[in-house]
Amino acid sequence: MARAVSTKQKSINTAIAGTLGFLMFFPILWILILSFKTEEDAIRAPLEVLFSSGWTLDSFGAVQARSDYFKHFSNSVIISVGSTVLGLLIAIPAAWSMAFVPSRHTKNILMWMLSTKMLPPVGVLVPIYLIFRDTGLLDSRTGLTIVLTLMNLPIIVWMLYTYFKEIPGEILEAARMDGASLREEVLYVLTPMAIPGMASTMLLNIILAWNEAFWTLNLTAAKAAPLTAFIASYSSPEGLFYAKLSAASIMAIAPILIMGWFSQKQLVRGLTFGAVK
Amino acid sequence: MSTKASRSAARLMISPAVVLLLMWMIVPLVMTVYFSFLRYNLLSPGATPWAGWENYYWFITDPSFNDAIWNTLALVGGILVITVVGGIGFALLLDRPMFGTGVIRIMVIAPFFVMPTVSALVWKNMFFNPVNGIFGNIATSLGLQPIDFFAEIPLLSIIFIVSWMWLPFATLILLTALQSLDQEQLEAAEMDGASWSSRFWYIMLPHLARAITVVILIQTIFLLSVFAEILVTTNGGPGTATTNLTYLIYVSSLLQFDVGMGSAGGVFAIILANIVAIFLMRMIGKNLDA
Repeated sequence: MARAVSTKQKSINTAIAGTLGFLMFFPILWILILSFKTEEDAIRAPLEVLFSSGWTLDSFGAVQARSDYFKHFSNSVIISVGSTVLGLLIAIPAAWSMAFVPSRHTKNILMWMLSTKMLPPVGVLVPIYLIFRDTGLLDSRTGLTIVLTLMNLPIIVWMLYTYFKEIPGEILEAARMDGASLREEVLYVLTPMAIPGMASTMLLNIILAWNEAFWTLNLTAAKAAPLTAFIASYSSPEGLFYAKLSAASIMAIAPILIMGWFSQKQLVRGLTFGAVK
Repeated sequence: MSTKASRSAARLMISPAVVLLLMWMIVPLVMTVYFSFLRYNLLSPGATPWAGWENYYWFITDPSFNDAIWNTLALVGGILVITVVGGIGFALLLDRPMFGTGVIRIMVIAPFFVMPTVSALVWKNMFFNPVNGIFGNIATSLGLQPIDFFAEIPLLSIIFIVSWMWLPFATLILLTALQSLDQEQLEAAEMDGASWSSRFWYIMLPHLARAITVVILIQTIFLLSVFAEILVTTNGGPGTATTNLTYLIYVSSLLQFDVGMGSAGGVFAIILANIVAIFLMRMIGKNLDA
């Protein structure tokens, strides 16, 4: 858009896009507002909610008191960060060697890894459930971490591979010419250049693991339930808890919303496996 | 760079990932296929005799199977239409010059980061609830009868919720693709007198074709597995009105404890997903110059 665009045209665009953007965002904004209201205010008509005077932090405390929110929050953190770190530890060597020492099998291995991601989880629900039952992994953070690691491993390998591929080989040659040993080469040349890619891979995978809602719902109960499963417990209609549901929801999505805003670009790369750039 | 030593080192570095994924794929897959030929219910312990194709027969002739297939198709199809058409619209809009692009973009993309159980419950309670929901309130204040969404139009309601979550994804990818379009080509067409609609049909849309295909394929893979949104809103009901294939398999496996039948359904779901996967893999493979 090199051409000059009139301010009027720009304003019109802003108005249309702003309105639609606001509508998309509105549900999130709305629970943010409700989370600071009392239960009585939260179920009033929308305009009355907006202009009701009381703002309170009670709901956040009530959520914690009612069902030990922080246990589920820490489950989410442990499972999503744990599975991402574990996945990175397994994936970094693999992606590294495929990017820098490619063989004629590299493409096939990558495609095959991707194909495991196409397997619908429900297709292996029964065996995983039975294996978990028999090994005592049901409703354990360890079990869930393992499943999510394996589930997201193909994405991690792929993302890292595409990032590593972008590191130009000439730099390595130059380093070697200057007399760098292999250890120095890896430590001082490759690693600094690979860190941004690894960081965004990590970010996207924490997001995916945090929001995963098939295995977390089917393999956990009270003990290891992360936030996805904890929020699901609000689906039973034991009375109306709009303010508490809102408070619990806001706390569950806020960290990921913030991370998500930072990883918009990586999202495209990570979820399309390089098919859209 | 690739000496013999570095090659074997490379193989060693790949092997943990390959071995783990192989186990993750093969072991449960073989078990699913094996179980699908057994008469095996967790509620009736004891022998699990060979059942032949019995499970498949019962799974497919069950009336809820028919409903589940149609619901799955309607769900995937409906969401794809909404997100692709809406995504193209949003992408074209966000590609235009405006004030505060960053903020508007973030507002549009935000729903994608909301976990499925939260978005389903928020729409269910705060919007679709006929008494206290916002839609119900608006209808009442206009003197209309509020709609009981999950009783009257259950499947449409779920399509709506899931579309809200996936529209940002389509928008983001199509916007990325649109921004890689050569602006000079567009300007040249404009100078030659091409109208906006012909520029859209003959330049932008063909340029987006690839990205649209990718969006369709990737979303289909994920949408075939829609589960949490159904579980927390309708539990597949009323009746089987919102039971998709994934949910039906969940019901037979973990609610009726029928391992054989659930596994037969699982095999069915795998085949269905693979049909889509083959096309997607081909497109990705073409783009990979390894």
